[in-house]
Amino acid sequence: MGYALNFNLIWRHFDKLWGGLLLSLELAVISIAIGTVIGLVLAVWYVSAGRTVRAIIAAYVEFIRNVPLILLVYLVFYGLPTVVDLAYSAPTSFILTLSVYSGAYLVEVFRSGLEAVPRGQLDAGKAIGLTPWQRLLHVRLPTMLRITLPALSNTFISLFKDTSIASVISVPELTFGAQWINFNTFRIVEVYLVTTAMYLVTGYILLFGLRLVERRFRAAR
Amino acid sequence: MSETSNAGPALLDVRDVSKAFGAVEVLRSVSLQVERGEVVTVIGPSGSGKTTLLRCVNFLESYDSGSIRIDGKEVGYLSAGTRQRRGERDLAAMRAETGMVFQSFNLFPHLTAAGNIMLGLTKVRGKSQAEARQAAEHWLGRVGLAHKADSLPAELSGGQQQRVGIARAVAMEPKILLLDEITSALDPELVGEVLAVVRSLAEDGMTMLMVTHEMAFARDASSRIVFMADGGVSAVGPPKEILAAETSNDRLRTFLARFRASHF
Repeated sequence: MGYALNFNLIWRHFDKLWGGLLLSLELAVISIAIGTVIGLVLAVWYVSAGRTVRAIIAAYVEFIRNVPLILLVYLVFYGLPTVVDLAYSAPTSFILTLSVYSGAYLVEVFRSGLEAVPRGQLDAGKAIGLTPWQRLLHVRLPTMLRITLPALSNTFISLFKDTSIASVISVPELTFGAQWINFNTFRIVEVYLVTTAMYLVTGYILLFGLRLVERRFRAAR
Repeated sequence: MSETSNAGPALLDVRDVSKAFGAVEVLRSVSLQVERGEVVTVIGPSGSGKTTLLRCVNFLESYDSGSIRIDGKEVGYLSAGTRQRRGERDLAAMRAETGMVFQSFNLFPHLTAAGNIMLGLTKVRGKSQAEARQAAEHWLGRVGLAHKADSLPAELSGGQQQRVGIARAVAMEPKILLLDEITSALDPELVGEVLAVVRSLAEDGMTMLMVTHEMAFARDASSRIVFMADGGVSAVGPPKEILAAETSNDRLRTFLARFRASHF
């Protein structure tokens, strides 16, 4: 093999990767936060609603889950502003898209968690005289959270990786930074090796943190 | 009748209650009265409607017709005639007046023993954290678990969990305590500690309606025993009378014979 690895050019432009990683994390955190609110509200609504509402929520989930994220990103960034009179930056557009996208996945996680709360616990909540809202807040949600935390962690990590799609609309996150360095230095192997390592390490740190939270919750007082 | 009964209406008054799950009639015109301070035990083969009856008393199940009154107030519906369901807040307030202990304990797994008891006291009874904690410790002491106040349910044995379940129910100071096969999920060696707690509550005058398969306990602790079969009340009377081997009630005799055969 005649290819000699040379990382010097990568380090010279490392700020593109580091800044990109920080933006990736920012995109993930904001989108997941909004997605979690969407997911929780719709999941709670779903389990207590009638057939029509359930069908609408299910349609949203099915639509999002069956359309590739990259298409949704194009639709929202290029398609939506031409139909409605809206102007937003690429990062805002991507956050909007990933929020709606993560919301659909999180509805499913929360819904199955809510349905997995043993009926006996709800009966016990009723028996001591808790109102429906109190039962939701003090019995159903805490138990649901304990049930769903492992699945939730996996979904969060997966959504963090999905921020790489933002590169297709030139949001300067980690993958975009890698592409920029590649185009400008042609050190394709080196730049993607470093970028992969950065995704990997960040993913592991996130997972480790989330597992800590899980353990705390399991032993919660 | 029990010596504590007085001239007023019964504390719990169940009249002609019927309920069907689809085509299956689980309760057929059940009538039953429990006086203040009485311990009434419901026995009968599985599928006879015992648990459903208990769950109707605090409206965990709705019923199709008839009337259930606690302390003169119609349960679940605004009146027996209109059959208009009470609002959720109203139902919650009514349920707070009846305590229930479950076969599968149903403790809240994310809360400690004390936390399980405090939830209702703070959210429903409006007590402060400190008051609720004090009451929780008092009741945990009563069931012999003062040292387990800060343990999570998962750290407790079945018998201990059930005693927390009892403490959670009685701490609300209900008018009547409903016990639904509370020892059925326990290992045999843990049954005694739970029944001892129930017995001491009975001695304190707590009104109780319980479903159990513990015949010896039913005989010793009950004022009256109700025998249910096929969704209806088949026999009611003092323990001695109901548990007598030479009863003239065929269904009861078969039930008791089968029960003795499997338990001795």
